Amino acid sequence: MNAFDHWALSGAVFIPILGAVLLAFVPKRLEVEIKAVALLTTVVTAGVGVYLLAHFDYDKTHQLQYAVDRSWIDVISSRYHIGLDGISLPMLALSMFISVLCIVYSWDHFPEPHNPKAFLILLLVLETGMNGTFVAQDLILFFVFFELVLLPMYFMIGVWGGPNRQYASIKFFLVTLFGSALMILSFLALYFKVTLPDGSHTFDIVKLASVHGAGIAHGAQLLIFGGLFIGFAIKVPMFPFHTWLPDAHTEAPTVGSVILAAILLKLGTYGFIRIAIPILPEAAKSWAPWIGVLAVIGIIYGALGCLAQRDMKRLIAFSSIAHMGFVMLGISTLTTYGINAAIFGMVAHGLITGMLFFLAGSIQERFHTRELDRLGGLLLQAPRMGWILGFCAMASLGLPGLAGFWGEFPAILSTYSPAVGLNLALFRTFMVIASIGTVLAAGYLLWMLQRVAFGTVKAEFEHEHIHDMHGPEYLAWTPILVLIVLLGVVPGIVFRVTDKPVQKVTVAHVEQRRSVVTGQTAVGQP
Amino acid sequence: MHALLAVASSFTGPRLDYHALAPEIILTATLVLVLLADLVLEERNQWLISNLAGIGVLASVIPIITLAVQNHAARSMAGGAYVVDDFSLVLKALFLGIGYVVLLMSTNYVEEGDYYQGEYYFLLLASLLGMVVMASARDLITIFVALETLSIPAYMLAGWRKRDLKSNEAAIKYYLLGVLASAVMLYGMSLVFGYTGSTVLTEIGKQVNGSITHKPVITLGIFFIVIGFAFKVSAVPFHFWAPDTYEGSPTPVTAFLSVASKTAGFVALLELIYVGFLGRNDVWGPMFWVLAALTMTVGNLIALRQTNVVRLLAYSSIAQAGYVLVPFAVAGDNIAARRSSFTAAVVYLMIYAAMNLGAFSVVIAVARKTRSGDISSYGGLFEYAPGLTVAMTVFLFALAGIPPAGGWFAKLMVFRAVLDSGTTWAVVLGVIAGVNSVIALYYYAAVAREMWMSPVPDGDVTPVRVPAPLLASLGLTGLVVMAIGVYPQLFAHFGDLGTLVR
Repeated sequence: MNAFDHWALSGAVFIPILGAVLLAFVPKRLEVEIKAVALLTTVVTAGVGVYLLAHFDYDKTHQLQYAVDRSWIDVISSRYHIGLDGISLPMLALSMFISVLCIVYSWDHFPEPHNPKAFLILLLVLETGMNGTFVAQDLILFFVFFELVLLPMYFMIGVWGGPNRQYASIKFFLVTLFGSALMILSFLALYFKVTLPDGSHTFDIVKLASVHGAGIAHGAQLLIFGGLFIGFAIKVPMFPFHTWLPDAHTEAPTVGSVILAAILLKLGTYGFIRIAIPILPEAAKSWAPWIGVLAVIGIIYGALGCLAQRDMKRLIAFSSIAHMGFVMLGISTLTTYGINAAIFGMVAHGLITGMLFFLAGSIQERFHTRELDRLGGLLLQAPRMGWILGFCAMASLGLPGLAGFWGEFPAILSTYSPAVGLNLALFRTFMVIASIGTVLAAGYLLWMLQRVAFGTVKAEFEHEHIHDMHGPEYLAWTPILVLIVLLGVVPGIVFRVTDKPVQKVTVAHVEQRRSVVTGQTAVGQP
Repeated sequence: MHALLAVASSFTGPRLDYHALAPEIILTATLVLVLLADLVLEERNQWLISNLAGIGVLASVIPIITLAVQNHAARSMAGGAYVVDDFSLVLKALFLGIGYVVLLMSTNYVEEGDYYQGEYYFLLLASLLGMVVMASARDLITIFVALETLSIPAYMLAGWRKRDLKSNEAAIKYYLLGVLASAVMLYGMSLVFGYTGSTVLTEIGKQVNGSITHKPVITLGIFFIVIGFAFKVSAVPFHFWAPDTYEGSPTPVTAFLSVASKTAGFVALLELIYVGFLGRNDVWGPMFWVLAALTMTVGNLIALRQTNVVRLLAYSSIAQAGYVLVPFAVAGDNIAARRSSFTAAVVYLMIYAAMNLGAFSVVIAVARKTRSGDISSYGGLFEYAPGLTVAMTVFLFALAGIPPAGGWFAKLMVFRAVLDSGTTWAVVLGVIAGVNSVIALYYYAAVAREMWMSPVPDGDVTPVRVPAPLLASLGLTGLVVMAIGVYPQLFAHFGDLGTLVR
């Protein structure tokens, strides 16, 4: 590994925060310079990302690459251990990609009270937190990055948000922190309870995952997994921990909503795949049916919630709950197939829902309202935006050929044969319910499209000149739209990366399956 | 004459290790110099005094460094009553650091106030001297003398603004309850001394762990001593003096009391528990459990309702003391817990000092403009004082324990001690601490919300002018808080020097 490889991943994590520090010294009145520095920072970060992607060894996606393992906090034997494998890679790429586009989009759309300097500093700090979470291979390091995301988002919602921003931001913060408190207790419990073969204790995710929770009593495993479950489920968010999401999304400024939907929600599902399931496979199996139940409740509840909304942004927020339900359903099967689908679903949802939030933001900027009753005829006034909205609605409802399909459909399919030891009838019931969910999804998305884009322009906006897409919007949206199509046509580019590491995640269950399969023939069950 | 000389020569004074005592000696010399300077200097040159005090404090850090690099075994004096070891060196450095930051915070505050300057610094240094002595005290008398040396000047400092009713109230409450606590503690000490026949903690430790372990008199003695210190560290239900005293005192003094004086109380407790009463965790274990649970919960719940920022920080510091009490509650459970509790308590005290002093520095800076301590006066601070706002945000979220600001590591160490013990009671306490951290976030975030999200109450957006010393104290504390948060190892090994842990 050459010197640049050694530093590249740390660079990808810390360049944004260095940019933020640099920004702090640029006087507030030099707005263009501030924006340029911020954009440059994210572009350089993304450049490092491109380098990482280009030099990644795609034959060994299950191995940690660009790994750095240095001493950090010896007293608690926590180490600065980062690395990139096939699960982290798509998430890191998504995070860097969206961050650049968010700055491009907000170039001259800074929400009130303006102040681009503070806004961009927060955005850059946020990026460090997100990138760091996706590459951390040590539980304490993961926790630090996971929490680092909270503060900037809290301020982003609370300062630049809508009328009800203070309530929404504190709710977001408190609920998430409650989950984090349980999560860190579970991390500590893992440290104390898991004994490595050489008798030592560790926070290292790779080492912890390699022993599959050996030495922990089943009851304790269930409790620890419960703590992790609540911590991650709040972030996802899963029903019934979702209540912070509609408020946060509705009040957040456009860019905040985009980042929230595209990346922050993924921190939760990523936590399940990276930490909870590989480290405690036995407990995961006991919890899986419950995760599945909550996932399908989320799918149906989210969809029904959508149908009851009058606010476009709130509708998209509820649709996030439904979509993340599909992701969690894939994870709950504990199969390679299901988890691969889940990761694809995470990427697809990030792109599509992120794009929908961009659109909602732009529509609000033009019409000064997001109320579905007052909107209408977007295709007449701003045809390009109208068509893009239609395109994204199609992608979101899982139209084959677009990215959304490959997250949703395989996730449903995976419930047909969940990991051995899970109740087959129950999971097939989930399959039926989830399929109904897709119909509802088509329902609410088309309903939204119909009310926003079709029909005639409402009287109050009839004589108003509505500007169609402008420069920054073209620049920010085109890459997303291209990717939605690209991933829809060639989903293999993601699956190829994720498959091997996911096999490693589910290996504990596969081993079990083999032993059960051999037992099955003896008993003579079908 | 000859007879007199003979008597004099037969008296053998205690062997003094001047190198080991150098910090105390320099501090005492500075104290005298400050008093003299106050007499000599004219009114317009009085600003020199604070510089003199600051230089003195920094100078007393030098022997601590030389002692530390020598890597000498513990230097014991006066038959084990006064010990200079790694533990005491680190805590002396901590106290002097706190003292220096408080001096920085006081400089402009005292200069611009209507009251005497010289005496203020004299009292502050005297109190600091008591704390430095406390870090080395290993016997009941020395602990008591150190405690009074640090407390009596503090009573007077609390009443510094003598024409202000609230300041008078602060001082009188602090004084009465402080004296009561001393009396209770002294009674406990006399019981322990009466039974063991020694005031030296190691000797007491031998006896308490040995033959007389379950004598009720010892139980009673430990009980009273712990209660006495519970007053000093303002643990619930012995906390009633704290909010009024903190609110009424001059703000730098409040910072000093809530950080230094509290830390001194905990240092004494560490010495007493770890050296003297280790064998009787059946007495102090449950006591600390109850104190910790109550202190965290009550402190946080009352803090939720505060509208004055100093009172809020007062209750928050009560709650923070509750987190420090948690390791004490689990220290006796097993050897691993004993070690990690010690580390947790020391590390917590160090981080707490940095973040709380930082928060108070911001309060002083903001009050220079708004002349108010109401949380509502912080509205829109971000618009006209973004630097102070960011600093305050860092300190508040450090106190709340959100990474990457330093406090998270302190809480993590506490949780580690809890899980090292692993008993059901310990885990229950850990859960109480966890729930409390979430409650606490609410009021810390409320201040942040006011600063970032509310409009400026009177529309006055002239920037806040922060004088250089205050800026230095903000910079120092902020740097320490962030450094600990990002690279805790830098400070964590200070807590690992378990010279008291056997």
